[in-house]
Formats: sequence, C-alpha cells, structure tokens
Amino acid sequence: MAADQNSAQAPALWRDDHPIAALIGLRAAIGVVTLFVVSIVVFLATEVLPGNAAYSVLGHSATPQSLKALEIQLHLNRGLFEQYWLWLSGLLTGRLGNSLANGQAVWGQVAPRLVNSAVLVVGAGLIGTFLGVLLGAIAALRKDGWFDHVSSVVSLAVTSLPEFVVAIVLIILFATVVLHLLPAVAPVAPGTYAWSQPRLLVLPVATLVIVIIPYIQRMMRAAMIEALESDYVEMARLKGVPEWQIVLAHAFPNSIAPTIQVIGLTFLYLAGGIVIVEEVFNFPGIGQGLVNAVSDRDIPVIQFVVVVLAAFYVFMNIVTDVIALLVSPRRRIAR
Amino acid sequence: MAVLAPPSGIVGAPRLRPQWVTLLGAAVRTRRGAIGVSLAGSVVLMAVIGPFVAPYSPDQTVTFPFAGPSSQYLLGSDQLGRDVLSRVLAGGWELLLMALAATVFGVLIGAAAGISAAYLRGRIDGLIMRTVDVLLAFPQLVFALLLVSIIGPKIWLIIVAVGFTHAPAVARVIRSAALEVTERDYVKSVELQGVRPAKVMISEILPNLVSPLMVESGLRFTYSIVLMAGLSFLGFGLPPPAPNWGYMIQENRIGLSLNVWAVAVPAILIALLTIGINTFTDSVARVAIGVESRPEEALIEEEGIRE
Repeated sequence: MAADQNSAQAPALWRDDHPIAALIGLRAAIGVVTLFVVSIVVFLATEVLPGNAAYSVLGHSATPQSLKALEIQLHLNRGLFEQYWLWLSGLLTGRLGNSLANGQAVWGQVAPRLVNSAVLVVGAGLIGTFLGVLLGAIAALRKDGWFDHVSSVVSLAVTSLPEFVVAIVLIILFATVVLHLLPAVAPVAPGTYAWSQPRLLVLPVATLVIVIIPYIQRMMRAAMIEALESDYVEMARLKGVPEWQIVLAHAFPNSIAPTIQVIGLTFLYLAGGIVIVEEVFNFPGIGQGLVNAVSDRDIPVIQFVVVVLAAFYVFMNIVTDVIALLVSPRRRIAR
Repeated sequence: MAVLAPPSGIVGAPRLRPQWVTLLGAAVRTRRGAIGVSLAGSVVLMAVIGPFVAPYSPDQTVTFPFAGPSSQYLLGSDQLGRDVLSRVLAGGWELLLMALAATVFGVLIGAAAGISAAYLRGRIDGLIMRTVDVLLAFPQLVFALLLVSIIGPKIWLIIVAVGFTHAPAVARVIRSAALEVTERDYVKSVELQGVRPAKVMISEILPNLVSPLMVESGLRFTYSIVLMAGLSFLGFGLPPPAPNWGYMIQENRIGLSLNVWAVAVPAILIALLTIGINTFTDSVARVAIGVESRPEEALIEEEGIRE
C-alpha cells in the first residue's frame, strides 16, 4: 500500500508481475504445509503423549464406564491415524465436537469469544500502530532532544515488562486505588459483543497498546532518521522544498515501508498477548477460553483454540512477508 | 574457549581473558549497564537472602485478610491474612532459579540447533529450520500452556516448557550469526585436516558466537521471567501455598482497594528485575557490536518481537 504513494517504485513493482505472484503462491503453500504440521503437533501433544487422554481428563474419579464412554467420544478406541483423520476432517468441516467441561458444542462456545478477541486485537493493533508511528516520527524529527531520550528509556523499560504488570498498574491507577474512572474488569455479558460496551474495553486495549507501542516506535524512529539523512531529502532541501513537505511527502512514506513489517510482527505478538490480558480483565475472549480449557483439561477446546491461534500466526506471517516483498524490491529473490 | 577465541573486537583487551568476561566488564562500565546491574542485582540479592530474614513464616496466618500496613506487618496482609512482606521475601528465589534453568536449557538447545544448521547445511539445515518455522507458529505462552496442560504443573515441566519455547527463536539468531563464521578460512583449514564436524562446531565455531549468545541469553532470561511469572499468574506455576510473586498478584487482586501493597510490591519487583536484566542486555549488545547505538532494524530482526 505504501508502494502506491511511491511513484519511483511503482514501475518496478508491476513490471515483473508474475514472479511476485509465484512467490506469494509459494509462501501460501508453505503456510498451508506449516499449518498441516502444526495440526499434527497439536493432535499428538494433546491426545497421545499423556498416555490415555481419557484418563488424564477424568483423573482419579474415573470409573471403567466413564472411561469407556469418554474414549468413544474422543475416538480413542480407534487407530492413531484414524483418530487424527477424524479430528482433522471435523476441524475442516466445522464439526468440532463437544466441550468436555460442559457438553456444549465447541464452535458455539468459542465463536463469540473469537469475535471479542478480534475486537481487542484489531482495536489495540490500530491504535498502537497509529501512536507508535506518530511517536517514532516525533522522536526522529527531534533526534537527541529530550523527547527522544525519554522515549528511548521508557520503551526499553516497557518492552521488558510482563503484560499483567502493565495491566495491574493501569487497574491501580484508573480503576481502584487512585482513581475510579473505569471498570477494573471487563466481563462482557454472554450474548452481547465487546463493542457494545466501549467503557469495558478501555483498559484491556490500553494495556495492549502500551505493550506494542515501543516496538513500532523504535522501528519508525530508526527508519525516519535514515530517510531524513538520505540523498533525496538532501536534494529536496537544496531545491527549497518546505520542511513540512519534506517530512510528509518524502521521509514519511519511505520510513513507513520498513515499519510495516514490524507492525505485522506486532499483530503476531497480540495473538499470544491477549491470553494474559483477557485473564486479568476477565474478558471473555479466546485467551481466557484457553486458560479455562487448560484448567478443565477440556481437550477439544484446547485443540481448537491453539490451532486457531497458530493459523492466525501463520496467516499474519504470510501477510507480513508479502507486504515486505511488495515494499522492498531487494527481498523479492526467494530466500 | 579462552585460548581459542580470536583477539576480541574490543581495543586493548588482554588476549588471554575470556571474551565474555571482557564483554561483561565493559558493559558494567557503561551507564546503562551499571543501572541495569544494580536494578536486577538488588532484586536478586533480596530474593536470595529474603527467605532467611522474613519476619514470619510465609504460610502462616497472622492477622485478618487484607489488613493495611502497620508497624507489625509492614506491607499489611494478604487474602488469607498472611504477612505480605514475608511472602515477598520468600517468593522470589524459586522464580529466579526456574527462569535461569529454563534459559540455560533453551539457549543450549537453540544454539546447538542453530550451529548445526549453519555448519552442516543441506538437508539437515532444511529440516532444522522447517521445524523452527513450525514451532514459531505457536505464541510462546500458548505453547507453554499446551505443554503444561498435558502433564499438569510440575516444576521440571514448567522449566522444560518455557525453555523449549525459547529454542526456535535462539536457533534462528545463532544460525544467521554462525553462517558467516563457517565461511572463514581457518574453519576450512581445520576441516581439511579431517577434524570431526562435532569438534569443528564446538571448538572453532562456538567460541566466535560469544557475543550473540550472551545477548540471546540475556533476552531469553528476561522473557523466561516474564513467561514464568505469567504462568504463575494464570495459576499454572507452583501450586499454592508456596509464595510466588506472579501468583501473589493473582490471588490478592480482589483486595486491591483494601491493601494495594499485596499486589503492587510483587509487581514492582518483577518489573525491576526484568527492566534491570533487559537494560543490562541492551548495554552488552551495544558493547559487543562496538557502536554506541545498535541499528534498530538489526535489533528487531535479531530479537523479533516478544513471541
């Protein structure tokens, strides 16, 4: 997308249309294969390693009858390959079976959580991207100024913090001890979706935004500094182009390109980061669903949520790669 | 290692001193490095001597739940009326030891895989790196949760799970650093003498990877603490009543408005520890690369984003 603004790159971009399409196809194919292997890993990890999954679910309360019934429900009485095939075909056709914790269909239980988590990830990703790019650009324009120094120290500190520490600090400051502005937990009621109660979303989104800003900000700062010291900016300055125009029309588009890849990585991080943040705020998303499922040893739910998160990871990886490919011609040679 | 290491990149470094000692020394002398060491060092010191100076037993109910700070109980009490100060003092060393063990485990496996991939090339390289790709498709915490969900929260399993989730990222970084080393002439000459591949990797290639290995270890140590504390926070760490900073935050947050210290102090300690280690790692990286500020793009490609 950034390439469109950059007329110098456009001809090179469309001239060799087919090689790029082929590379994208290759990346997508590798992604599908990766997902296939991921599904095998998840399947083997949850159903085979512990010996008998049915026993590990029922634990000491197992009776021969209940074991037998659960073995049939989980297809443990079939061969390994057949078990995997039944599970995979169920996954692909949307027949995910029932939760072991409450007997309800896995899909019906996970789908609303997926929507809520998507709201969280997209909201935090967009706000974090905007603020990160903005703060990075400011730090670059005022290089070695007080803002640059402060933000570099703060970003080093924030990148080392666990998410729940950031969340707890926000809760102490805004929801319990110091101020009482916002709710400390975000238990979105069943049957309603997260966006209908924006007040509940403020603190969870703010936590994720704070955690992701430093990565984007550092990258944007570095890229912007490089752009500002480049020959074409020097040229524009010599021609007498006003400084605001140099920044907006030359330096900014060229520094957003390398930043896009980091933004992609940020979305990848969010797929894992929501787990703890949802748990802190009691927010009904798939992260909290996963934690509950792990507590209950609810294997069908664990399998599905882990595969969904891994699929998101693989998909974002491809998107990031493709965008990187489009914005920087050097990378177009297959690695 | 010391003898085999080439003259270090740092001007004036005595030749016989191991490179990692030189690097650590140079990093401590930078301002950031000194700040990082003193932050992390004081928390570590507290965690180590804490259990011996705690005024009460960490598991003993001494007063009513969520009592505020008083002269008798300096940080008040927690949800079961136990002394927060005692639990804070006693609850750090286990987290530190487990994080350390997980880091060593993860960096060892990752480095072995990365060096093998870079040196052996060909099919083995492909196999290792494709495995890395698959493992990187799981968010780290999710992968650790998956492993813990199978066998249940056992100390060794948490260490192995957290360490194992580090391995793929370490392998990637070490492989790319080792690729260049394997091309050097002296490696070729040792090869021509018919030295076994395992020996070439250990005594010729490994000593040249000291600085990336140190930076990786520092980063992974920070992330180990973050992950371990996170797992405890989620309730998958050590089973209660063992005191643990991560779990203290979880169990006491319902009483935030009554005694904020039961949550704030463990949170602050975890924060100081991770900030300290990360700041020190940052200065090691700056010293190792030999420039005042390392290029951000390289930094990000190196560490990725916290997976």
